[in-house]
Amino acid sequence: MLKNEELVEMYRKMLEIRFCEEKLEELKTNGKIMGPTHLENGQEAIAVGATYALNKDDYVTSTHRGHGHYIAKGEDVKKIFAEIYGKKTGSCLGRAGHMIIANKKIGLLGGTGIVGGMLPIAVGYGLAFQVEESSQVVLSFFGDGASNEGAFHESLNMAAAWKLPCVFVCENNGYALSASAKEILSVENIADRARSYGIPGVIVDGNDPVAVYEAVIEAVEMAREKNGPSLIEAKTYRLSPFSNSDTGSYGGYRTVEEVEENKKKDPISNFEKKLLKMKIINQEDVIKIREEINRKIKDAVAFAENSPDPNPDDIFDYLFQ
Amino acid sequence: MKNIRIKDAIREAILEEMEQDKNVILLGEDIATYGGVFGCTKGLLEKFGSARVRNVPLSESAQAGVAIGAAIAGLRPILEIMYMDWFGMTLDQLVNQANLGWVWGGQVKVPMVIRVQVSGGRRNGPHHSKSLEVWPAHIPGIKVVMPSNAYDFKGLLKSAIRDDNPVIFIENALLYGSIGEVPEEDYLVKIGTARITRKGTDITVIAFADMVQEALDAAEILKGEGIDIEIIDPRSIVPMDYETIFSSIKKTHKVLIAHSSWKRFGIGAEIAATIQEEMFDYLDAPIKRLGILEVPIPASPALEPYVRVDKNKIIKAIKEIVN
Repeated sequence: MLKNEELVEMYRKMLEIRFCEEKLEELKTNGKIMGPTHLENGQEAIAVGATYALNKDDYVTSTHRGHGHYIAKGEDVKKIFAEIYGKKTGSCLGRAGHMIIANKKIGLLGGTGIVGGMLPIAVGYGLAFQVEESSQVVLSFFGDGASNEGAFHESLNMAAAWKLPCVFVCENNGYALSASAKEILSVENIADRARSYGIPGVIVDGNDPVAVYEAVIEAVEMAREKNGPSLIEAKTYRLSPFSNSDTGSYGGYRTVEEVEENKKKDPISNFEKKLLKMKIINQEDVIKIREEINRKIKDAVAFAENSPDPNPDDIFDYLFQ
Repeated sequence: MKNIRIKDAIREAILEEMEQDKNVILLGEDIATYGGVFGCTKGLLEKFGSARVRNVPLSESAQAGVAIGAAIAGLRPILEIMYMDWFGMTLDQLVNQANLGWVWGGQVKVPMVIRVQVSGGRRNGPHHSKSLEVWPAHIPGIKVVMPSNAYDFKGLLKSAIRDDNPVIFIENALLYGSIGEVPEEDYLVKIGTARITRKGTDITVIAFADMVQEALDAAEILKGEGIDIEIIDPRSIVPMDYETIFSSIKKTHKVLIAHSSWKRFGIGAEIAATIQEEMFDYLDAPIKRLGILEVPIPASPALEPYVRVDKNKIIKAIKEIVN
């Protein structure tokens, strides 16, 4: 049972993710940042609910749409913006860009530009935890698109065969770029694929952070008790376009009606309504919290803009260690 | 000193490192009870237990990623890929995740070894014969090692296991039964150092793996004809010891490169380009490269020898250069 303060913290985290994404969209439109952006408006409840179920020394692997995972796991939003600006003060010294942000110290093993690419690495971490007889757990986020990659099937089989302490969380937003799940997915529910690997498969409302938390904590505990991995499918919707260059997400490969319908299921506005209704927060709190987080994001942008570029003379650092 | 087969040199290297460091683990197909299809990991399951010596499911792509993940997490995994022909399946993780040490700005090391076996020259056909060292060699952040003799196999494998970077350790199966001398005591061979296999004056022959013996056989024949060849075995492809190679060229002014992969875009191409860039003034003849004929490697005993490099082709090429 989550305490009120924890629910408020979840709400704050979701807002931080949303404001981060909105700011990045603005910066991209104004030509302030280079490279692509893959924003996750509408999917915040999964990152927050799932990571809430983890201990500080548990690990997470992310995707190309990972800002929510980064923020939820505790990466400093200043370093995220600095990385996206390509600055030396970024999480990865400006080398990785927005898709591969990692911070090993806080258990964030980074996103990837290769769909499904981090799943085997999560399994490798699970293997290390098993060999070291650690009680740590690794949680791997991936999307419906990734669930068709060979890496997904290979990873789940291996983790299941060896009963590794992994939790696999699929963010099913119904689209792999422009291809709807109906076109390219052989099953209605990705969670059903868990049966192929002899592990539990659970479907959860990905727009409800508490529901996600409750499903994940069960899987995390099972993994920690050395009873093997689970697959959780969080059903959600990507309110953002696939990326900044996607021109079809509103009235193209997705109808306007569908997008508008899903806006009504926005996880943040609905969670906010819930907390207000339960009188855990009031309207004043809402304004105050939103202002605070707005400022936090603005400070992060200022930090990034004022940070130095990485020095090209350092380009070979860490190539071989 | 003692005389051992290369497959035993490999086994000894792994055993000694696993004894010294409990973080070293073995992953591979059939490496556990079976001891590896070439016997290189025989007895290691019994000695170190099933947590540290594991058969992996047939998932080469995930295997590579798992090795990378485990390495980042602090283990020192040695992954065996049974045939280099399957390296294609490992490539995504190698190309995109093996150098996370660099991409993440120095947050982690990736102390992983992939031992991979090349089975060319054994009539195994198109899917069990390829030497694909160029693929990992092309990727920044990965070391590639390809020894030719027992001493180097053992010393380099130990170095590879202790190395904090991803190392691809290429084992030519034609050499597994080769006997060579190794010290009784612990020793290492430094990655990135070449071996001068035979001193000579008339031409620098850069030979890799199974080509070293072919070059030595050619040397004996050519000696009788008054041609004295110097054989350099680079042992490491990345990093490559150009210093030793260049010293030799200053002496001989002529170069032949021989390897068991396709000539086109092969490692010989890279070495030749580098030599002519750096040592142009020292060359008295164009650099020649010998590699496998540009076809898939055929199975028939009547065809495979025809496509491969052997001592006769080496002799012919050397005569064309020196005369």
